[in-house]
Amino acid sequence: MSKFIGDAALAESAAGNSRKNDDLSQQTTAPILEALEEFKQMRLVPFDVPGHKRGKGNKELTDFLGERCLTVDVNSMKQLDNLCHPVSCIKAGEELAATAFGAAHAFFMVNGTTSAVQAMVLSVCKKGDKIILPRNVHRSVINALVLCGATPIYINPQTNERLGIALGMKLSEVEAAIRENPEAVAVLVNNPTYYGICSNLKAITELAHRHNMFTLVDEAHGTHFYFGKNLPISAMAAGADFAAASMHKSGGSLTQSSFLLCGTRVNAKHVRQVINLTQTTSGSYLLLSSLDISRRNLALHGEKIFQQVEALVEYARVEINQIGDYYAYSQELINGDSVYDFDITKLSINTLDVGLAGIEVYDLLRDEYDIQIEFGDIGNILAYVSVGDNYKNIERLIGALSEIRRLYKRDRAGMLRHEYITPKVVTTPQEGFYGEKESLTLEESIGHICAEFVMCYPPGIPILAPGEAITEEIIEYIKYAKDKGCSMTGPEDMEINRLNVLRGGY
Amino acid sequence: MELWFSENHTETVKFSIKVDKQLVSVQSEFQRIDIFESEEFGRFLTLDGYMMLTEKDEFIYHEMITHVPMAVHPHVRKVLVIGAGDGGVIRELTRYKEVEHIDFVEIDELVVKVCREYLPQTACCFDDPRVHAYYEDGLKFVRKHEDEYDLIIVDSTDPFGPGEGLFTKEFYGNCYKALKADGIMVNQHESPFYAADARAMKRAHKRIVESFAISRVYQAHIPTYPSGHWLFGFASKKYHPVHDLNAAGWNALNLKTGYYNTNLHKGAFYLPNYVQEMLHDVE
Repeated sequence: MSKFIGDAALAESAAGNSRKNDDLSQQTTAPILEALEEFKQMRLVPFDVPGHKRGKGNKELTDFLGERCLTVDVNSMKQLDNLCHPVSCIKAGEELAATAFGAAHAFFMVNGTTSAVQAMVLSVCKKGDKIILPRNVHRSVINALVLCGATPIYINPQTNERLGIALGMKLSEVEAAIRENPEAVAVLVNNPTYYGICSNLKAITELAHRHNMFTLVDEAHGTHFYFGKNLPISAMAAGADFAAASMHKSGGSLTQSSFLLCGTRVNAKHVRQVINLTQTTSGSYLLLSSLDISRRNLALHGEKIFQQVEALVEYARVEINQIGDYYAYSQELINGDSVYDFDITKLSINTLDVGLAGIEVYDLLRDEYDIQIEFGDIGNILAYVSVGDNYKNIERLIGALSEIRRLYKRDRAGMLRHEYITPKVVTTPQEGFYGEKESLTLEESIGHICAEFVMCYPPGIPILAPGEAITEEIIEYIKYAKDKGCSMTGPEDMEINRLNVLRGGY
Repeated sequence: MELWFSENHTETVKFSIKVDKQLVSVQSEFQRIDIFESEEFGRFLTLDGYMMLTEKDEFIYHEMITHVPMAVHPHVRKVLVIGAGDGGVIRELTRYKEVEHIDFVEIDELVVKVCREYLPQTACCFDDPRVHAYYEDGLKFVRKHEDEYDLIIVDSTDPFGPGEGLFTKEFYGNCYKALKADGIMVNQHESPFYAADARAMKRAHKRIVESFAISRVYQAHIPTYPSGHWLFGFASKKYHPVHDLNAAGWNALNLKTGYYNTNLHKGAFYLPNYVQEMLHDVE
């Protein structure tokens, strides 16, 4: 157990306390909301920041966002607790959240799930450590490796040929990676993927624990697993040590707010220190209260809410599959391994048989039909359906997809299918990022080592990460994605005509 | 006693009718439905507080949305009516012997129930054997039909609330698909006068122009709608609304009307300059 950070025994006792009263009735409170309500009644004269002074100093902003919003955009103070060192209402809110999610500890995060992902990686990895992870992770994971200097051991995700999407991790591949890298400190699982694909989380967690490794779960798209019925197993239920749960996605809180959940083997006090390395000391109470209110809502009503979402998505799936050519996939993909489970609240649709790239359908929906969906990639689109949706809007989406097929369908010849290209890791992301670089055109860069990220956003999964070899196949893929209208991000050159590479080839 | 119904036509303009009594007020799954009795306008129906029709001026709307396409298309046998829970369009359509089949799609069955009870002036003909009622989303219904109708009449509420989906490009496109090769679609097209209505009007026109070969707009004077100046859209795959008007044929039917006649038909397509410019902007 030498590689575990901090005092695990201490953490276990804390976990025991917070799990004692697993009772729905205690979830009816929202301590941060209540503290803010009380604070408003006190009518304090503000001689502290923020300088807009409850909105009075910025009329334009107050008119736009509303007075109720500005009056609670306040700084940490005695009666409102402090996010960096919580002792009262934030502490109570975190404990309620931990209970609601079945975690030993929950942290309120105010810099997106990105900050939760980075905190969990930085909590277990330091320079020279190895971490086992699938390559189709969000950029925030590799960013964390740039920061801490750990070495990624990539597991190639299986690919579904027909759909052109990366699947989950095969248990046997994780086993092989652990066998080859017994000194690795952690296994990171992307669960579910953006498309709704789940790995065998429980078995992977047990396997990692048997080899004294932590299990980290990027659960950005799985907050609802904790509350809905008939959904894949959540990270905490599977026994994982960390989960980054994007409350602002399926949980309904404000953009940028998120939870970092910890299991019983984690020393939460150490994690708090890691979080405080990069976290703002002026945590937004708008974000914190939105987490508190949304946690209460999900704890009390989540089961019903996600039942409605499931019904909406299932209806849409059946109708969309009846249009023809579109393929809205679901649990039929389950194969017991690389697709261990499927998140049926995800409305992922393959568009290749319509002869259109997903990104083209995405653009048509927005430009021609005033419908904004979550993302489109080379072969798929994802429409995000939540508690805020209704049948009327679902009908619009189905109607528009039907029209796009009628008006734009073409032969699928020449459609690129593959989303996943096996990366060649030459050096660590940190060395790749901080090494001496030069800028080359896309063509010239072939055969060099990339010094920056290249990705389509969304979904934000890197095509190239720092430290990886640039191949002809990758450059072709980048050009194709650009040509189809994908929004490419990452490189210094905003037009993505040039790439920064490490000096000298490889 | 002073009891008034008021509707804001803009944030700073209000239209009021003195009410004798409220006959019914119910909340459906989709909207609040009220019917009032007034001295000047007789009974009137409001949905979510917006005026839908009054007994006094409904004939203008219903005649103009029905007889204009009926006098152009040479043989309307199968019609789809979307919205129109008050029954006014159905009443006008059932006057034509050549119409063999009317599919009537209304999302809110309660509107029909309330109108049957309190507005028999319009809700008089739902029991005609040619009428087939479907209580569902218009967009969903039309999506499942292809090359089927001679005429589609879209008698929608405003482009917010339950009627929103009926002002979208996907809806107009699906209507195009549901029409036969010489089919016509006529729709409630909002007003050009107040800014918010004009925006909706231009948007609807843009979306229709993108879907149909022929897309023209015509006007009528409807006293109880905002500004009183109201428009209808005439979208067609083949027939021109004025050049293909069969005035003699329509007049031979001897239908008695209060507003529509075949001279007015032609005149209704001659629009004021400011309206022409708005339409031109988005064509």
